[in-house]
Amino acid sequence: MGYFEANNIVKQFSNHLALNDVSMNVPKGSIYGLLGPNGAGKTTLIRIINLITAPDEGTVTLKGKRITQEDLKRIGYLPEERGLYKKMKVGEQAIYLAQLKGLSKHEATKRLNEWFKRFEIDGWWNKKVEELSKGMQQKIQFIITILHEPKLLIFDEPFTGFDPINANLLKNEILKLKKKGTTIIFSTHDMGSVEELCDHITLINNAQKLIEGPIDKVREKYASNTYKLHFEGDVNLLTASLSHSYKIIENKKVNGQTHLTIEIMKDTSTNDVLTILLGAGNIISFNKVIPSMKDIFIKVVEEVNKK
Amino acid sequence: MNKIVLVTKREYLTRVRKKSFIIMTILAPILLAGMIMIPAWIMTREDVEEKKIVVVGDGASMFQGTIPSTKSLEFEFLPGADPETMKETYESLGYYGMLFISAKVVSVPNAVYLYSHKQPTMEMSMHITNALESEIERQKLEAYDIQDIDKILKEVESDVKLQTIQITEEGTEKKTSTGLSMGIAYISGLLIYMLTFIFGAQVMRGVIEEKTSRIVEVLISSVKPFQLMMGKILGIAMVGLTQFILWILLTFIIVGIAQSVFLPDMSELSGNPLVQDIMSSEVTSEIQTESISMNEFQSFFESLKAMPWLQIIGSFIVYFLGGYLLYASLFAAVGAAVDNETDTQQFMMPITIPLLLGLFVTIGAFQNPNTPLVFWFSFIPFTSPMVMMARIPFGVPTIEILISMALLVAFFIGTTWLAAKIYRTGILMYGKKPTYKEMIKWVRHKNY
Repeated sequence: MGYFEANNIVKQFSNHLALNDVSMNVPKGSIYGLLGPNGAGKTTLIRIINLITAPDEGTVTLKGKRITQEDLKRIGYLPEERGLYKKMKVGEQAIYLAQLKGLSKHEATKRLNEWFKRFEIDGWWNKKVEELSKGMQQKIQFIITILHEPKLLIFDEPFTGFDPINANLLKNEILKLKKKGTTIIFSTHDMGSVEELCDHITLINNAQKLIEGPIDKVREKYASNTYKLHFEGDVNLLTASLSHSYKIIENKKVNGQTHLTIEIMKDTSTNDVLTILLGAGNIISFNKVIPSMKDIFIKVVEEVNKK
Repeated sequence: MNKIVLVTKREYLTRVRKKSFIIMTILAPILLAGMIMIPAWIMTREDVEEKKIVVVGDGASMFQGTIPSTKSLEFEFLPGADPETMKETYESLGYYGMLFISAKVVSVPNAVYLYSHKQPTMEMSMHITNALESEIERQKLEAYDIQDIDKILKEVESDVKLQTIQITEEGTEKKTSTGLSMGIAYISGLLIYMLTFIFGAQVMRGVIEEKTSRIVEVLISSVKPFQLMMGKILGIAMVGLTQFILWILLTFIIVGIAQSVFLPDMSELSGNPLVQDIMSSEVTSEIQTESISMNEFQSFFESLKAMPWLQIIGSFIVYFLGGYLLYASLFAAVGAAVDNETDTQQFMMPITIPLLLGLFVTIGAFQNPNTPLVFWFSFIPFTSPMVMMARIPFGVPTIEILISMALLVAFFIGTTWLAAKIYRTGILMYGKKPTYKEMIKWVRHKNY
């Protein structure tokens, strides 16, 4: 049983089915990626988790118990569409929102001060939100989301709108939070950050769950028998021995080395191939090609959509 | 519950600290006091300026000495002067205007002309008309040649002043002033209408602001939509009450200061031996009217004291809050249904119509607070805050007020429940403007 679970969630809107029997199982202390194309139902699922929308069927549990309003104090949520009161001062606003999450005014002020020092934004306290740039607003919103030190954090597209430097800052903070034992769910289109951060993923398309599992296993599962080979020697010998055991997909010459991408046929072990290669020259490296999440995403979604 | 308090506090503090709130709070009573004081001030100033009017024409001699002078008006009779030349020269001779009286005035009513460069005041023309009328009447009576006509006339002259005394439920009698009751009814009815609209619209704008700035999703991941809506409504209600109480206090202070400036003037006036002398003589009609106005002033103050102020202010606050709460949740629902203020028009209709209906009935209630229409509308919750407030200064049995208030509370709970259901779905909907049909669907949506 996971730390946080969504079980068989169904949500029907008046004209379309947003979620069709979607489940997810988030282990404690993991970073859980919620992937899917636009309109797949990610935001609806996230809203259901946050008790903003009610599911038609299915349950959401935290530590095995149905989630309640009281649990929201332990959840931090950064919605996709960011927003703050434009005319309200930054400090005041952050404290107000933290109080709504159950923090005392005193405690909120103390923690906010620490965060402002850490992000080196001390001067912003009495500025109105509308005076800040969009990137600055995003930073403030991130601080507000985590100020009450939630045990479960939910980010909807956290990296959009951040420049690479700030996006990195954010990634580091997310990793730090993970180290402290926070469980993090985030939805994103940025597959690079998924590979960098996530332990587990779920891929939703068109209201249906397509893939779920630890990211390594998912990538392993979708790996074809493709290998990258760097070697020095006679390429012709290789092509000559082009046999039933493998075929060359790519052939490049880089600084006197030959870079090959080969696909090993079924019923052939890598050792069989290596034996052939040993005769052809000097092997520098031989690696299995693991598909990127981006490739898997595109492949899986397109396959389903074709049907 | 605690969260509603937090939201209420924020809504209240952000509004009360706004410059526009502070300015409105200070400015409105000054404007109101100004509206009362300035005309009075102007009237006292006007009296000082003396105007001379020259009376000419073939009929002028008939009225010689019959138009009494006042503090600001003096009449000079030049029956021999040529009207045509006088018309050209009266201003250079220092006259304010020229009154031309034709001899035909006895039979032709409009044979009198007042020429002036400035528009004469209503008071001035009334004064002249009255004087001429009574002189013509006197002359006509004289033509009948009745002996001791003056004495008879004096004896038959009568004056009736109706004192209205209302018998309360407890059986005690109190002096009332219909004018005063009407004034209070008018002000409180209208004030409730205006305040409901002003603060209701503030609720709506607040909801739209949260929706367009997209903070609403952050908020409802911490508080229930109902808590957010109630917090906003209550916070703005408290802003309204604060403003109302400050207005009353400030108005009292300003009027108090103004009185201490004006009142010494008045006591000085009555202490003046000349004034006392005139008052005791009772000769001219002008003095009579003045003493009448003094009596009226006194009885006005008496009925001012007799007004059930505690009941009026108390029920005003209850009806303002009740009416506001009833409509505010509807305003909140409209705000939640749309993306921007321009889209609100269509949904404002169901809110505006009952409010306007209430206003019309209230206006009717000023004239006659006891018609069945007024009676029933003072119980219908959508109109009762205005209509009942218009009835109360005329005296309403306590039981009726209590029933009307209870109905109002029940309905306000009902509309809030309904509006909350539209609100919680609406705040997350962007883009297309919903139809009424869709909004009814929202009410049925399953939600937390």
